[in-house]
Amino acid sequence: MAFKQVSSPHSHARQSTGQIMQLVLLATLPGLLVLSYQFGWGLLINILIATISAISAEALILKLRNRPIEFYLRDYSAVVTAVLLGLALPPLAPWWLVVVATVFSIVIAKQLYGGLGSNPFNPAMVGYVVALISFPIEMTTWVTPVSLLAADVSHPGLLESLAIVFAGNSPVDGVTGATPLDLFKHSDGLLVEQIYQNNSLFSAASFAGVGWEWANVAFLVGGLALLKARIFTWHAPMAMLGTLALMSMLFWDGGSSNSPGSPLMHLFSGASMLGAFFIVTDPVSSAVSNRGRLIYGALIGLLVYVIRAWGSYPDAVAFAVLLGNFAAPFIDNYTVPRTYGHGQSRRATDKETSE
Amino acid sequence: MRRIWDTPGGVHPPDNKAQSLTSGIGQLPLPEKLILPLTQHVGGAAKVCVSVGEKVLKGQKLASASASISAAIHAPSSGWITAIEERAVAHPSGMSAPCIEITCDGEDRWIECMGYPDYKQATPLQLRNLIADAGVAGLGGAGFPSAAKLDRGTHMPVDTLIINATECEPYITADDILIRERADQIIQGIEIISHLLGTPKTILIGIENNKPEAIAALNQQCQGTGIEVVSFPTKYPSGGEKQLIYILTGKEVPSGQLPADLGMVCLNSGTAFAIKRAVIDGEPLISRITTLTGEACDINRNYEILIGTPVSHLLEQNAFNPDLCSRLIMGGPMMGFSLTSSDVPLVKTSTCILAPSHTEIPDGDPAQACIRCGLCAEACPASLLPQQLYWYARADDHERLQAHNLFDCIECGACSYVCPSNIPLVQYYRSSKGDIVNARTAKATAAVARERFEFRQVRLEKADTVRETKREARRLATEQAKITSPTTTQSSGSSAADIIKAAQLRGSTRQASPEQQKAKLERTLMAAEMRLKEAQQRLLQATTNGSADQQTQQLASVEAAKRKVEQTAQRLTEVSH
Amino acid sequence: MITLLTDNTMLAALIALVGLGTLFGGLLGYAAERFKVGSDPIVQQLDELLPQTQCGQCGFPGCRPYAQSIADGDAINKCPPGGQATINAIANLLDVTAPSLDEAHGEEEIRTVAYIREDECIGCTKCIQACPVDAILGAAKLMHTVIAEECTGCDLCVEPCPVDCIDMLPIVENIGQWQWPAPPNPIDLIATTASGMHEDAA
Repeated sequence: MAFKQVSSPHSHARQSTGQIMQLVLLATLPGLLVLSYQFGWGLLINILIATISAISAEALILKLRNRPIEFYLRDYSAVVTAVLLGLALPPLAPWWLVVVATVFSIVIAKQLYGGLGSNPFNPAMVGYVVALISFPIEMTTWVTPVSLLAADVSHPGLLESLAIVFAGNSPVDGVTGATPLDLFKHSDGLLVEQIYQNNSLFSAASFAGVGWEWANVAFLVGGLALLKARIFTWHAPMAMLGTLALMSMLFWDGGSSNSPGSPLMHLFSGASMLGAFFIVTDPVSSAVSNRGRLIYGALIGLLVYVIRAWGSYPDAVAFAVLLGNFAAPFIDNYTVPRTYGHGQSRRATDKETSE
Repeated sequence: MRRIWDTPGGVHPPDNKAQSLTSGIGQLPLPEKLILPLTQHVGGAAKVCVSVGEKVLKGQKLASASASISAAIHAPSSGWITAIEERAVAHPSGMSAPCIEITCDGEDRWIECMGYPDYKQATPLQLRNLIADAGVAGLGGAGFPSAAKLDRGTHMPVDTLIINATECEPYITADDILIRERADQIIQGIEIISHLLGTPKTILIGIENNKPEAIAALNQQCQGTGIEVVSFPTKYPSGGEKQLIYILTGKEVPSGQLPADLGMVCLNSGTAFAIKRAVIDGEPLISRITTLTGEACDINRNYEILIGTPVSHLLEQNAFNPDLCSRLIMGGPMMGFSLTSSDVPLVKTSTCILAPSHTEIPDGDPAQACIRCGLCAEACPASLLPQQLYWYARADDHERLQAHNLFDCIECGACSYVCPSNIPLVQYYRSSKGDIVNARTAKATAAVARERFEFRQVRLEKADTVRETKREARRLATEQAKITSPTTTQSSGSSAADIIKAAQLRGSTRQASPEQQKAKLERTLMAAEMRLKEAQQRLLQATTNGSADQQTQQLASVEAAKRKVEQTAQRLTEVSH
Repeated sequence: MITLLTDNTMLAALIALVGLGTLFGGLLGYAAERFKVGSDPIVQQLDELLPQTQCGQCGFPGCRPYAQSIADGDAINKCPPGGQATINAIANLLDVTAPSLDEAHGEEEIRTVAYIREDECIGCTKCIQACPVDAILGAAKLMHTVIAEECTGCDLCVEPCPVDCIDMLPIVENIGQWQWPAPPNPIDLIATTASGMHEDAA
């Protein structure tokens, strides 16, 4: 009787790459809901456009590369990239901005390097940075959070939003405005307290910045759920948030006019939590060992703070992550774990010396 | 409570042990034929000492150990030797190897057994020979000949004896059931081993805490013996020798060394049982406990099977349904290997036959791209970086593979188990290991070939020079002859004198000039010096890890080489002056 | 002096450049000597990579002469016994792109070992003289035999044999030498599955 020849192990854990990606998508839901509540339909439209363009771009490239399309689309990695990008791009951004950013992410930053697993940089962040550098005005126009809208203004409805996104209609005055980090950066010469008092973005906030604080909490919840499900380890996100908190505490200096902001503001503003749990944890472009991930996360946390405090863009996470991606192979080289039965770990580039 | 250490990594696959534990150890009807491969262990194949047609009794030796690391093979039942030839054996390759076939006569008649119930009177050497004669090899799956493991001649004294009853592989319950039913004999076996090793200070039995009945049985038997039963949380692969040693002692076996280098010996509980049988009852290793499990068989239980029983016989007796079966595995689902045929025999290392259904172990999906998720690195019990190894294996980068300690991989399969992209990591590592070993061998043979080629080149050159000088001398001689007898026409008459002269000349050329002599002596001197160096090196090796005999022998050869060097040097000075 | 230089900018520039050139040239020269990377001569390294079959299929009388020739600029794809693996290794060493094997020198074949049908051997010693690694034992008018472990499979002994009693037998893999093959390339595997060529794709 003949049987199949297969290498051990014969049993496998029941978790596939596609399932992991689906879990990540699920975990973004709380954040997405809070953001949509705060900023209206724009984000959902972003995500829709991004997902469609990501899947089409991925399918096209797979076809050109002679790869089975359905098999690779089932890993959901393109959808994850699209959703993350959709969450990061400003709501009510013109459709072509989203398409350009997404297509760039998928085609240039991912597939041209060899597809999933081979890209040195986080595709969503590459797409984001390209859009940011190319279209600075569109990229810095955010929607005002719902609670701060003037009494007679409301977020555009679905149809109205679609018109803004696709036909280029201008939104009503007062619907768009600056983000807390933006505002903070451009309020030089004022004491922190004054900024807080003068601006409703801060004065109406519970602890960080209206709109953003709860979105960050929601992403934190989603991220913790993924951590619980052991989708990634705590090392990189915790190192990033820890460093960010530490740096903002060190340089807080009691809220003088030079202060770059409070730790709470830094942790719960902008893309801090989204970055920590959904971007920094992207395994493909991060360091590989746990020790390496600690360093990688800390480096990104440090860079986020440095860019926010002293750089000229407020969107620190994207740049910090890309710089971290650059450093990942270097970190890996010095953080090879110590193998059982070996005295000391070696550098990865050390080659076996002939016995 | 003894302190236990936690190993890095590890996985928790569903243990699936209950189904084969519903009944005790069963017996199979005698198969018609038994097939005994000559290599059922690590090391050299056993040397056949019977011939075809011979009648043999149960327990009679059929093949004896051929080297220091080898194991004898005995007849598991009485019958006739009907063939000694290549047969398909239980091996991942599905290839054949030399086997002895016995056609059973059904009488199952024992040869006379000489036991040593009073083993305490025996010397360690006698006991070891007894174990070696009984053909005991590690029954946990690796099959390392036990007598070789218990040889402490070249190692430091053993202070810790570890009995491995971990059985961390899912599905397998052979050790578990053996301990439940025969703990007393296992303890006797451990006492024999302890006596043989000069009573080590610490004797530990390591067992996972998912076997409460077995732990209770051991605890009961161990009372007052000084043997300690240590149970620890279930985690695959705690049963790996290196992992178990770390769990129980917190010590790591350095890479490339053996537990014996730390003063430890680690044996499987089944092996301890076999040693008890061999020493006290005088019965060689002709049977073992094997688990038969998996949904493709109606009956799941443990059997005491005769070594050499064809797998098909075991399957037939248990209502095996080939249509249900997705693959046939010898060993567990993590480290076992797939059998390509059910005609192969069960051997000393066959812990389990697993016949899973398609739902239990489905055919794998094709591998997806590695997303560097790092789950494999977290699961690796040796703290390797499996994904880096995977990339290097695919790139055939042997240097990097070795720099990332590929050879410390124990192939436990934890990395492949957790891989969400379904990448057959272990197969990549096995293939790369094979390639690296082959490349090393190829390099060694190439070096030998180069040396021989260069030596030949030198020899041919030398021969050329010798021929050249001879030719030159002959030419000179003829010219000389022409001068002495210018009238060549006359010389034909008085040729006798010329011939003698020419012969003398030839003789003188053949007798080497002082330069040639000197050159020859120099060569001899060089060779002698080389031999001296080699001899000294061997002496050094012998002093570090050889016996006294070897040392004296090497010392003598060093002396001889020295004398030769002195003599040649002296002659050389004589010639050059 | 200073005034001379300030007046003659041309001269100043010349002196400055020559001075700088000498200084840095000297520095570079010193560094090259001081931090010289000691390594085997390239011929040695090339010889290490060649398979040492000494078969002469490359057109040179042995591996070392061919290594010498490569070092002098010869093509690196003339070694059939080494095959693509050797070519890749040499290309890696010399930092050039690896060409494929030059078919003019033969094809990559499985390794063989020479075997003399001993009852047919007439003891002519011709094969002994042809063997580049002295792997054939025997004497005039006495039977010859091949030391299988030393044979490189170069087949140089086959041609000189007057009675054609030498066979080149492929080395058969036994169970001890067997190794797991590398898993199939995942892309090929999926491609067949997707195109439905694989029957049990579902």
